[in-house]
Amino acid sequence: MTTPLLSVEHLVKRYGDQTVVNDLSFHIEPGECLGVIGPNGAGKTTTIRMCLGLSEPDGGSVGYFDGLAMPRDALAIKAQLGVVAQMDTLDPDFTAAENLLVFGRYFGLPDRVIRDRIPQLLEFAALTHKGSAKPGQLSGGMKRRLSLARALINQPRLLLLDEPTTGLDPQARHLMWERLQLLLQERKSILLTTHFMDEAERLCDRLLVLDHGRKIAEGRPRDLIAQHLEPDVVEVYGQGATALAHEATLQSLAERTEVSGETVFFYTRASQPLLTALQTWPQLRTLHRPSNLEDLFLKLTGRQIREEG
Amino acid sequence: MSQIHNNIWAPPRLSMRWWPVFRRNLLVWQKLAIPSLVGNIAEPLMWLVAFGYGLGALVGQVELGGEKVPYILFLASGSICMSAMNAATFEALYSAFSRMHVQKTWDGIMNAPVRLDDVVLAEMLWAAFKALFTVTAILGVMLGLGISHSPKLLVAWPVLLGVGITFSCMALIFNALAKGYDFFTYYFTLFLTPMMFLSGIFFPRDQLPPVVRAIADWLPLSAAVDLVRPLFMDRWPEDGLRHALVLLVFSVASFWIALALTRRRFRG
Repeated sequence: MTTPLLSVEHLVKRYGDQTVVNDLSFHIEPGECLGVIGPNGAGKTTTIRMCLGLSEPDGGSVGYFDGLAMPRDALAIKAQLGVVAQMDTLDPDFTAAENLLVFGRYFGLPDRVIRDRIPQLLEFAALTHKGSAKPGQLSGGMKRRLSLARALINQPRLLLLDEPTTGLDPQARHLMWERLQLLLQERKSILLTTHFMDEAERLCDRLLVLDHGRKIAEGRPRDLIAQHLEPDVVEVYGQGATALAHEATLQSLAERTEVSGETVFFYTRASQPLLTALQTWPQLRTLHRPSNLEDLFLKLTGRQIREEG
Repeated sequence: MSQIHNNIWAPPRLSMRWWPVFRRNLLVWQKLAIPSLVGNIAEPLMWLVAFGYGLGALVGQVELGGEKVPYILFLASGSICMSAMNAATFEALYSAFSRMHVQKTWDGIMNAPVRLDDVVLAEMLWAAFKALFTVTAILGVMLGLGISHSPKLLVAWPVLLGVGITFSCMALIFNALAKGYDFFTYYFTLFLTPMMFLSGIFFPRDQLPPVVRAIADWLPLSAAVDLVRPLFMDRWPEDGLRHALVLLVFSVASFWIALALTRRRFRG
């Protein structure tokens, strides 16, 4: 068995009476992409902050690489880490290339080494022609890719990405995914927090579902879906759809029934009989699809809106 | 758990990691040096011309330690300390706050192997450097105007760097406490402006009522003026050690407080 790059044991964080991270343990193997998903206020960002030594845990430990511990060995750990924070912290006064140069200096790298790496990093970020543009002249997606390139300047062993695609349009998000997949093909290791289930499903080898600071599920995306959900979902919506949730025939054909707003969700192992039965209500619209990570997420964490945490 | 992070009052942990942070500020400044130079020296020179030549014509000479000196020399040697104070203060308040709070530059830096203590040190030294730069430009103009030709100005130069350090340390306390730029107005109105009038820049401190004078004598800006003014007059300061000690105590105490409050601000 290989030593994990990051190993979090029984982590606890309290703010006053509130426990925001509660006995959380997980680890990342070399070459692995671990996704951390959870509603707002689930403790994702607090966990990342503790992993970065920016916030002091009230219990538990964060270990890295070969026996390094946060916060004791913070500088030695950060020398081998690449971080993309939720908010861009690019320098608005510098060009893209200067941003990389200045950031590389924080790692104590000689200018010569950094200047050698800049062209490849700009190319990786699809910003070769934007090397002399300042962040203010870049789009949201370009800025995020520059942040990613900046996090790679020290050739890190592990990347920590906190919601790397939040706020991006679909094109920019797909380009970001492509870049992250390239990194994974190079056997880079990534810890990623995200709100997007398709992102988690596409990139992550393993997922950690957090809610109220606790780990409520962990595993491969497909395994988690198979373990917690029926394979098919039939959504029914339209005038009077919600009444169907109490229809005995339909209930018997579905393993589980859920109502959210004006839509009824039937989770089933055999969709055909259910679809046939639904033809009795031709005015209603139905959508038949395989169950996905989003269904899993909503099943585990509930459908109600969370206050911003 | 590490006690170092828990106790915000722990001694500063400083290393050479401040240097790349200082260089970052230097690189930004290189792009704007010339326009910023104009801004930095234009205002002090206006004070000097308006008060020195205007008021100086009315006042004539000022009696200082038994010697009569032209008012323009009296004012120039005091106002250069004020310029060092202002340059360091503006940089350590507005510019440092932009980097710390608005642009989140510090957060980015701390994802690299650089400690908060070293970031604060870099900002402190940077603001002092800005003060030194401003003061150098003003000294050049004063030499050109023939206000003083004292060779001891060479000693005044590092002393003014020390003045910059003192005031940048003090300003960083208010930087650590600020929620927004408006907060800095308090620091100017409640501390710096009164100090400007009490420290013997525009008139000798013996004009002050005895009680006020007793306090004013221990202000850092008074110490700065008492160190720098004699050097302009080609004399060595009296009680130089005491004044230097005042600056040192203000610097060390302020830096420590500023660091503790900044650590508290960044502690999650």
